[in-house]
Amino acid sequence: MKQMIRIAAGQGFWGDLLTAPIDQVTKGPIDYLVMDYLAEVTMSIMQKQKLKDPKLGYAKDLVATIDAIMPQLVGKGIRLITNGGGVNPESCRDAIVEVARRHGVSVKIGIVTGDNILDDLDALSAQGAELRNMENGEPGSSIRDRVLSANVYLGAAPIVEALRQGAQIIVTGRTTDTGLCLAPMIHEFGWSMDDWDRLAAGTIAGHIIECGAQSSGGNYMEDWRSVPDMANIGFPIIEATPGGEFVVTKHAGTGGRVSRGTVAEQCLYEIGNPNEYITPDVIADFTTIHLEDEGNDRVRVHGITGRPNTPFYKVSMSYADGYSAFATLTYAWPDAIDKARAADAILRARLQKLGLHFEEVLTEFVGYNACHGPLSEAANPDPQEVMMRVGVRGPDFKAVERFGKEIAPLILTGPPNVTGFAGGRPRPSEVVAYWPALIEKSRIDSRIRVEVTEV
Amino acid sequence: MGSPVSAADHSGAGQQQSEPMKRVQLLKLAHARSGDKGDAGNVGVIARRAEWYPIIAEALTAERVKEHFTGICHGPVERFELPNLWALNFLLHNTLGGGGTVSLKLDAQGKTLSSAMLRMEIEVPDDLDVM
Repeated sequence: MKQMIRIAAGQGFWGDLLTAPIDQVTKGPIDYLVMDYLAEVTMSIMQKQKLKDPKLGYAKDLVATIDAIMPQLVGKGIRLITNGGGVNPESCRDAIVEVARRHGVSVKIGIVTGDNILDDLDALSAQGAELRNMENGEPGSSIRDRVLSANVYLGAAPIVEALRQGAQIIVTGRTTDTGLCLAPMIHEFGWSMDDWDRLAAGTIAGHIIECGAQSSGGNYMEDWRSVPDMANIGFPIIEATPGGEFVVTKHAGTGGRVSRGTVAEQCLYEIGNPNEYITPDVIADFTTIHLEDEGNDRVRVHGITGRPNTPFYKVSMSYADGYSAFATLTYAWPDAIDKARAADAILRARLQKLGLHFEEVLTEFVGYNACHGPLSEAANPDPQEVMMRVGVRGPDFKAVERFGKEIAPLILTGPPNVTGFAGGRPRPSEVVAYWPALIEKSRIDSRIRVEVTEV
Repeated sequence: MGSPVSAADHSGAGQQQSEPMKRVQLLKLAHARSGDKGDAGNVGVIARRAEWYPIIAEALTAERVKEHFTGICHGPVERFELPNLWALNFLLHNTLGGGGTVSLKLDAQGKTLSSAMLRMEIEVPDDLDVM
């Protein structure tokens, strides 16, 4: 058994720094590259792409990235694990096979499927799966005819199986971000699937690197000015060990920083109750994380404990929920905020006169209160310039579209010293809402498939 | 969450009458990161020094944070302690205008709630070595 493996983060989301995975495989030693592509809204975008073309529905950037790093992956034996397969891991695999053939290399590619339950919602419902909304308790049937995507968050186990079968590149659909990082530890160190403390450690390692450079100096608040060379920021790397202790670090010679502060901030990112961070694999306890800053961009993490996992998978459904549009206009000194407020009142009066109805009309004043609300209004009562930002949302496409025609007229029919209307009328875009639910693992486990292809 | 950590005894709690106090912005004592959990914002607050954790743990009650976010947070505030990270975590319910994809807010994901939190002024002992 290896006494240490290096697991490197290559992407924090679909749209992250494209050079990051290249840097991770070229600027120092790593054993695994993990890339998270999926946010909640991403699945619905991919599902729409697949509807238009059955060969799409995955992160196309991923294929270009693999093309760029294929020589390093094969030459150095680096294994790649990613959930960039989206709603179409099979087509993603086929595209990667093409890349491998073009490079003339031999490689085993694994896919994990079974997370996508969109086509089985009615069958699952008939069997008693209610898919009640975790926030408001309503049954999933209330949005059934508007569902755009439906995916189960799978854990590390299917990836471990693909690794066991020798896959060097593993593409999944909706796998948890943390599972991508945990799987290689289970595989390499032979961790048992009920070794809760070690599974929790691997899960927290995954949480620390799942947002890419957000744990290596990006979006870091403690002392952001002192973070060196952010233009060449290094993405985080986990040095995992069999006992569950790990070190967070990055390649030497890259920018950014790994310190107690950068890692602590990421530990707190998007968590709820720190005692129970629930994944399909384990319940991890964030109050047991101990950080030792060893200096030189190395933070040792130890002491983590966990508890048995739950009998449920989380389901993420997206559904169509009307339309929205946004418009901005900028007002300059003097009395910038007063003029912007007056313009907002005029706009609302005109929308009312037109008989347009919306679920919500929200006006914010960028430079005055858009981020910190009343807290910044008090601190900055007379901004020198302010951007009025108006958003509307509602079920009626035509009303949202009509709103877009009421913005430009404000320039010549409203308060003075206004600019910044460019790019044409605001267009309605479809609102995709999100429906979190739980489903019994027993309803899903028999669907999960691991398939390894050799090129 | 459980009882206050024992180190709170060093914070000056219960000595307000005898000890002169000063008001400082939380920004001087802590850093923070925030994000979204559905329609709730999560704000993690981390003491800049281990010895300042008891001070922020005492000052940042759920009630105090709810009051601070008047007009921003329209639901309850949940508070969790992570003394191991010198940190507190807050969930600000009903804060993001319906959540990520539905929200009309510029900051639909609550990314700037972190620094909004650090605008808060809290009382600390007059001789506390704050920059």
